[in-house]
Amino acid sequence: MTEPITLQPDETFVLNVGPQHPATHGVLRVKMTMDGEYIYDAETVLGYIHRMHEKMAENRTYPQYMPNMGRLDYLSAMSFNHGYALVVERACNIEVPERAEYIRVITVELNRIASHLVWLGAYVLDLGGFTPLMYCFDDREQILDLLEAVTGSRLTYCYFRFGGLYNDIDDDFINGTRAFITHFRKELKMYAKLVTGNIILMKRLRGHGPVDQNMCQRYGATGPVARGSGINYDVRRNEPYSVYPEFDFEVPVYTEGDSYARYLVRMEEMEQSLRIIEQALDKLPDGPINPKKKPKLIKPPPGDYFAAVETARGNFGIRLVSDGGKNAYRLKLRSPTYSNMHLFDEACRGMLIADALAFMGSLDLVIPEMDR
Amino acid sequence: MSLTLFNVVLAVVIAISFVGLNAAYLVWCERKGAGLFQRRPGPMENGPWGLLQPPVDGVKLMTKQLLIPGGVDKAIFMVAPVLAMFPALISFVTIPFSDNIVAHPIDVGVLMIFAFAALGGMSLLVAGWGSRNKYSMISSVRAVSQTVAYEIPLMITTITVVLISSSLNLGDIVQTQLGGFWHWNIWPFQKQVGFNLLMPVSFLILFVCSVAETNRAPFDLGEAESELVAGFHTEYSSMGFGLFFMGEYANIVIGACLTVILFLGGWACPFGDLGFFPFTHHVGWFLLKIYLIIFVFIWIRWTFPRTTIYGLLNLSWKYLIPISLFNLLLTAGLLKVF
Repeated sequence: MTEPITLQPDETFVLNVGPQHPATHGVLRVKMTMDGEYIYDAETVLGYIHRMHEKMAENRTYPQYMPNMGRLDYLSAMSFNHGYALVVERACNIEVPERAEYIRVITVELNRIASHLVWLGAYVLDLGGFTPLMYCFDDREQILDLLEAVTGSRLTYCYFRFGGLYNDIDDDFINGTRAFITHFRKELKMYAKLVTGNIILMKRLRGHGPVDQNMCQRYGATGPVARGSGINYDVRRNEPYSVYPEFDFEVPVYTEGDSYARYLVRMEEMEQSLRIIEQALDKLPDGPINPKKKPKLIKPPPGDYFAAVETARGNFGIRLVSDGGKNAYRLKLRSPTYSNMHLFDEACRGMLIADALAFMGSLDLVIPEMDR
Repeated sequence: MSLTLFNVVLAVVIAISFVGLNAAYLVWCERKGAGLFQRRPGPMENGPWGLLQPPVDGVKLMTKQLLIPGGVDKAIFMVAPVLAMFPALISFVTIPFSDNIVAHPIDVGVLMIFAFAALGGMSLLVAGWGSRNKYSMISSVRAVSQTVAYEIPLMITTITVVLISSSLNLGDIVQTQLGGFWHWNIWPFQKQVGFNLLMPVSFLILFVCSVAETNRAPFDLGEAESELVAGFHTEYSSMGFGLFFMGEYANIVIGACLTVILFLGGWACPFGDLGFFPFTHHVGWFLLKIYLIIFVFIWIRWTFPRTTIYGLLNLSWKYLIPISLFNLLLTAGLLKVF
């Protein structure tokens, strides 16, 4: 455990972490003012892969913009599909068939598990353990295979359509998913035994990287970061969308606010996602996957629309301002890790660099989503 | 053994080729071992089971450009990789592979190994200082505090064994453990000290220390790649990096040799003098034991996450050093009694 130390502001040097650094998982740059190995001050610098996704929405028609959604958060692209489909459906008043809603939930939750698996592997890699990454990717591969068969892509999905889906699921997918659920329950037990219970891991996570409720609220942190700090908020339950109210699932909340709490929240979310998928498969109704009546040209009436979904990293809000044209007048994306990351500057002060980078991993950053 | 020029050259050549081959093929073992623990095949493409991977890697390293970044302290920068490799090489001179296979038996062999191991720690400091890179600098400071923290319990534990064997000569230390695995120093019952429960603990301490001394995971803080990019060898390319790499594996072999000699009976056959069996005390037993230890090294590396620097120092100063000191005291007392 680190004792609080008095840092000397006049005896510091600047350490430039990133934009090419193994721990930033992308092109995030952190300018750290260090006193020895302790961080005196940190400043995150964004913008290295800014691609103007919001501006693109103003130049593309609504269906043309759908593929952009797979390129924001490449790990939970399905949730972003969902958010965008949701806001346009709300704007145009498109009814979604029930079967499509269930398939949406199944694919989104599968994608959430895949995303958390990448996080788990990469996080333990940040802590210096290489092996869990391989196991996680092994399991994730099965999800990707399942989703590839249905959606046609493995990572940057463009599966959702306004009012429905691109492709219906078949028996292979259903059986494969059921087999995966049984398999993955066993794997989760193994992770709990091999990774969660590891003494070095616990020593490095317990009590490190504290984020309290106040800080979460000030920075607008959502998702597992907020739930690890005792904020009981999940869009799927608090502002339900799609068919989520029909499922019985729990929202794991821990009050400790340390890296270990965030870790446990994500591990339990994977279990809950399995539960949701299981129920959705049981209840899956027959019927069409696309609405019978759908406007030929998507032209939302003028107005201001908003939709929020729970992605693997938190609350993804999408605000659409339409002037009645083929393109959006303005589209604002509120992505979860952008807010989650800004905690880092304040929270990492006084930490050792090793702890700070472990803390950064526990925020589960995906840089393309942050920079957009 | 007469120290003719021929013998010296022969010893040096054999030591270099043993270290070189070990370094090269331990990398292969490491990668295959990693594959084993990660449910994947490891190197496959070059030769059968990827066995030609090490020479190919060697050629790649040697043909790469040796880049010297601007502003480095050139002399120090160049000397550091040599410092990493050379002491490990020299230490092999005194390792007894069998009762008659030893390059040059030295009466203070244990001391010599420790002296050169300290020089290895120095190479990390020099590399980090000379690189003119902040990551390297942090890494070398870490590496030095780690080396200091772990050499102390390592030496105290070794002194305990030396007390039991009453010799600093590695060959003599093995000689006192002959006659079956129950005579090895790892067990609590010894004819010199009667019964000392702390001996297995001492073995563990020595093992942990040799993992830490060689900068292996979970104590690889010097090159913590997710924190410090590549630590002290961030700025090294080509054979500069290659020498660090070989030095690391040579040090692993030295660490394993030391563990085996001090606690696991060295080249002694675990089942005593079998008589009818021609290879009772043979170099084969020694190699088998050291490779078993190295396998455990690899196993640990691919199983555990990394500790932090304070966790590492706490472990050493709060647990390893007091326990090993107490064991030294206890052993000395028991020696007086029995």
